[in-house]
Amino acid sequence: MLLTEEKIKELEIKANEIRKSIIEMLLVAGSGHTAGPLGMADIFTLFYFHILKLDPKKPDWEERDRLVLSNGHICPVLYATMAHAGYFPLEELKTLRKFGTRLQGHPHREYLPYLETSSGPLGLGLSQATGMALADRMDGKDKDRFIYCFMSDGEHDEGNTWEAIMLAGKNKLRNLIAVVDRNNIQIDGFTENIMPLEPLVDKWRAFNWHVVEVGGHDFRTLNEAVEEAQAIYEKPTVIISHNIPGKGVHEFERDYKWHGKPPNKEEAKMALHELRTLGGKIRSEHQ
Amino acid sequence: MLNPKLKLNPKIFNADCEQVPIRKGFGEGLLRAGELDKNVVALCADLTESTQMIFFKEKFPERFVEIGVAEQNLATVASGMAAMGKISFISSYAMFSPGRNWEQIRTTIAYNDRKVVVVGSHGGISVGADGGTHQALEDIALMRVIPNMDVVSPCDSIEAKKATLALGTSKRPAYLRLARDKTPIITTEETPFALGKAEIYWLPEVGLAQVGIIATGSLMHRALLAAKELESGEESQRIKTKVMNLSGIKPIDKNAIITLARETKRIVTVEEHQVAGGMGSAVAEILAQNFPVPIEFIGVQDKFGQSGTPDELVEHYGMGVQFVKEAVKKVLGRK
Repeated sequence: MLLTEEKIKELEIKANEIRKSIIEMLLVAGSGHTAGPLGMADIFTLFYFHILKLDPKKPDWEERDRLVLSNGHICPVLYATMAHAGYFPLEELKTLRKFGTRLQGHPHREYLPYLETSSGPLGLGLSQATGMALADRMDGKDKDRFIYCFMSDGEHDEGNTWEAIMLAGKNKLRNLIAVVDRNNIQIDGFTENIMPLEPLVDKWRAFNWHVVEVGGHDFRTLNEAVEEAQAIYEKPTVIISHNIPGKGVHEFERDYKWHGKPPNKEEAKMALHELRTLGGKIRSEHQ
Repeated sequence: MLNPKLKLNPKIFNADCEQVPIRKGFGEGLLRAGELDKNVVALCADLTESTQMIFFKEKFPERFVEIGVAEQNLATVASGMAAMGKISFISSYAMFSPGRNWEQIRTTIAYNDRKVVVVGSHGGISVGADGGTHQALEDIALMRVIPNMDVVSPCDSIEAKKATLALGTSKRPAYLRLARDKTPIITTEETPFALGKAEIYWLPEVGLAQVGIIATGSLMHRALLAAKELESGEESQRIKTKVMNLSGIKPIDKNAIITLARETKRIVTVEEHQVAGGMGSAVAEILAQNFPVPIEFIGVQDKFGQSGTPDELVEHYGMGVQFVKEAVKKVLGRK
């Protein structure tokens, strides 16, 4: 879908708002993941505000695209994006991880029915998305919509992930598009030290997927990658997106220690200052 | 005597009683469910023939998905299909599904409340010659502890067919436990069946029963034989029992179990499963809270299986007719 300069500016502002929400909600929650959500904020913004066929006022609209979040631990970015898109009030973000909240520590669709699936345990999303794509093909609906799966690089350690990659490749599911958050970190360290994934592109290709590599923070090239994925007819496509974990807050970027912890009050203040001034590009902090 | 109201197989105790694998009823039921509802889909992990999914696959190839030997993917892909409105049946040996893929079933099927029926085709010790790796003795326990998950363990092929059709129209995720070996046909097409409803298959001709035997799955026939033998012979030695078919392990027919315990004051449970966590445990949980009575448990006593014929194994692990009779006598002597 055509992405104008004006729209890109709009998306940049929206992504920044979402990052601020992520910091604010993690501070109130007192636990949760920081690096992944910040790193995926641009991709979530592009999808919810430009790519996906959806209607926040009719979340169960039958014809909507499906977006499966496989690595549920980055749900702060999912919740923040959904709130900014109008699925529920921004105020509700402050309930993250609190007793009685709809915003469970890892997503649970019984609590928040707008979710396509519950997630958290890794390696389960792509196979559910594969099942959705198979069902749509059986019903002749595979030309009407896409099934997207957002997944992490760390969850390639899970065997179930590769079982899904094999099955989707076998079935040539053109309506299935995976987006890998290739940020190179997982809880215990850098992915290539924990369990090397490279050559990741070659691996996916060997399983009969079309592979697109892209940087995860440029809306224009990201949009082009999605357009390419949508145009591929004979295979499922994976977009391997090279993302900077913690993107937007210099202190948090590229450091695996920020994978699984929230900012404290001081760190959140610093982060919000940086986001409000767009890393020093704007002098006034007034919004 | 056999409960005359239930129209059970009159040949049940005859030497020529027809024997059919319980899993065959699933194969027939799935085919019928597929005919009745175009949303029924079937997924298999490289065991299409032995799990009896083959009838469905041949009739509806476009609604069949061959997953390969990947039971984790089997469960999760089925969940994704159910998310799009499909009624997904997945089959493999019980040891691999739900044995291998328990967390996938918990998270993507039960936690998500997706309509998937997990079919474990080779439950119990009577799997036989394949040996202990292939004999699922823990599957009922694994499935019944998961919220949202129903568990059904039919006693013969005809009941398995009815259960399959019932699970195809219910809204809830479910586990259907089947057995590999041929077992006697106990019920008929006319025998009533409803999910969560237990029936008394054997009862005294006159008077009250002294012991309640609660059986599930492939050992049902042995439980009935034991009951018949206990009521024959010298009059002074005779013991009157009632035998309940508890194919519905979850939801469980709590009232029927309590009613039986009130009458008999003593219970024996019979299942081809570890004694820990299985159907007997489910019965004990209910009775301990509502009407505590002495219970004896027939089942595998914290052991793995091994190779052998089904009969050899059932006897070796203490689940044959004689063991049921001894358990009845033992529980009768308990206070």
